[in-house]
Amino acid sequence: MKQKKGMGLLAKQKAAGWGFLAPASILIFVMSFYPMIQAFITSLKTGSSANLQWADPIFKNYIRMFKDKVFLTSMGNTFLYLIIQVPIMLVLAILLAQLLNNKDLKFRGLFRTLIFLPCATALVSYALIFKTLFATQGLINSFLVGLGIVKENVNWLGQPATAKAVIIIALLWRWTGYNMVFFLAGLQNIEYSVYEAANIDGASGWKTFWHITVPLLRPVIVMTGIMSINGTLQLFDESVNLTNGGPSNTTITMSHYIYNNSLGQGVANFGYASALAFVVFILVAILAFINMKVGDTRD
Amino acid sequence: MKKPAVSHIQRKLIPSYIFLTIMSIISVFPLYWMFTAATNTSLEVAQGKIWFGSYLAENYKNLIAQQDLWRAMGNSFFYAAVQTVATLFICSLAGYGFELYHDKGKDRLFAVLLLAMMVPQVATLIPLFTMMSHLKLLNTVWAFIIPALATPFMIMMFRQNSRNFPIDTMEAARIDGLSEIGIFFRMYFPMMKSTYAAAAVITFMNAWNAYMWPRTVLKGNDVITMPMLIANMSNGYAVDYGMLMLGVLFCSLPTIIVFFVLQKQFAEGITGSVK
Repeated sequence: MKQKKGMGLLAKQKAAGWGFLAPASILIFVMSFYPMIQAFITSLKTGSSANLQWADPIFKNYIRMFKDKVFLTSMGNTFLYLIIQVPIMLVLAILLAQLLNNKDLKFRGLFRTLIFLPCATALVSYALIFKTLFATQGLINSFLVGLGIVKENVNWLGQPATAKAVIIIALLWRWTGYNMVFFLAGLQNIEYSVYEAANIDGASGWKTFWHITVPLLRPVIVMTGIMSINGTLQLFDESVNLTNGGPSNTTITMSHYIYNNSLGQGVANFGYASALAFVVFILVAILAFINMKVGDTRD
Repeated sequence: MKKPAVSHIQRKLIPSYIFLTIMSIISVFPLYWMFTAATNTSLEVAQGKIWFGSYLAENYKNLIAQQDLWRAMGNSFFYAAVQTVATLFICSLAGYGFELYHDKGKDRLFAVLLLAMMVPQVATLIPLFTMMSHLKLLNTVWAFIIPALATPFMIMMFRQNSRNFPIDTMEAARIDGLSEIGIFFRMYFPMMKSTYAAAAVITFMNAWNAYMWPRTVLKGNDVITMPMLIANMSNGYAVDYGMLMLGVLFCSLPTIIVFFVLQKQFAEGITGSVK
């Protein structure tokens, strides 16, 4: 009886541990993994949402997307935003963090707060602010016309190339300060003496930046890189509220297109939308994997 | 001897000051402009006025006449508050369990849970929508909060920070006869206050800003959130810019205030699981 009680205490502790993590774990299984499996199964079906049938051939939805011009455009757009915006943003964020990490700099706190401020703005809010700023009858145009840089108002959001540029500018504005905070945290772990030594050796600012700061920040760069890739592949709010994917779907992102196919106006095509969503999942996984590999082997 | 050295250093920093000042102005200007635009007429906004005007009261009158502003503000606050309390409780409990009771099995489960970070929101949209619909939870606060109650990020954040919680304290508490859950509430919770603060700020902000999911499950006019309200406002043919920017201001103000008051916790929140 006594022995049983002693063992029961340890077992009780163990059970308590499982009990504590059970609610969160179950929720993640039910709200992330199970829906993901369901999405894959749905991606093999066709028909209206109420009457889904197995597709014939089974990968019909996946074959279809290669002929879907809008999907291919949305994929191209998403990658364009990724390839242009993410590197500029990360370099800028590291540079800002490096400048703000200088102990001799005055007003560091003020600069940090102001550059960090954009990420306190809701995604829909900032999308609408940029939409209004870049409207044909908007501040940017009055400014540029006033300075004589352009002759007449430019329809920024009405042309594919400039609309994409506005999305990229808006993304840079919203997320650079956010990433900077990670780099600032990372830089604080680097001994200041490393920089002092470099200074004594006569290394220039740029040399120090490329040969000391960037390599030492590599883990943080990998992490912010994964987060940014993940975020960009899932871009939705900006596409919906800044350009609404237009003009005529030329700036639409993958998530936005999938949304339109499933829960947007018109016909709900759950099977096809699920197949598209599954492709996004695979892309996120592949890019995260590549990023980690690249981050690992540069030694 | 000392003075020239200091001014020499400061002189070398002039390019940094210039660059940082330009970046600060770029960062602040769109928000400053949002404030001014909210006080101007639509025409003045379109003409490029960048100073405060006298049309704020009129914009506000038009806004509440056309939109159920305070209903949406109330909804957003309510959803975000419930979300924050519930998420913090569930995720901190899990982080506590994973770190302080850890063994091989739990570590493995944790590694599996982290994979959920890669699941794109748009992929789970249809199954979760169907689930909420079957459970008859559409247009309720439950539909809003349930899918975001447990996130790998939050669990990881609490787990990482739980490393600072001394195991000896637990042993001592056990000897004093405190139950396992009692240790969590009486010892862990008060000791982890700063982690809770950071987690609360970040969860509240995310909940307030959520857009794709709420717009999927909250359909009625009386249940919509602020981001949905301003998104609807900008969809009309003739958009009143001054009024729109006032709406945007209402949507942004709570998170901007949280940012200024709790900036340290906010920074800790977003970098929380990185240690």
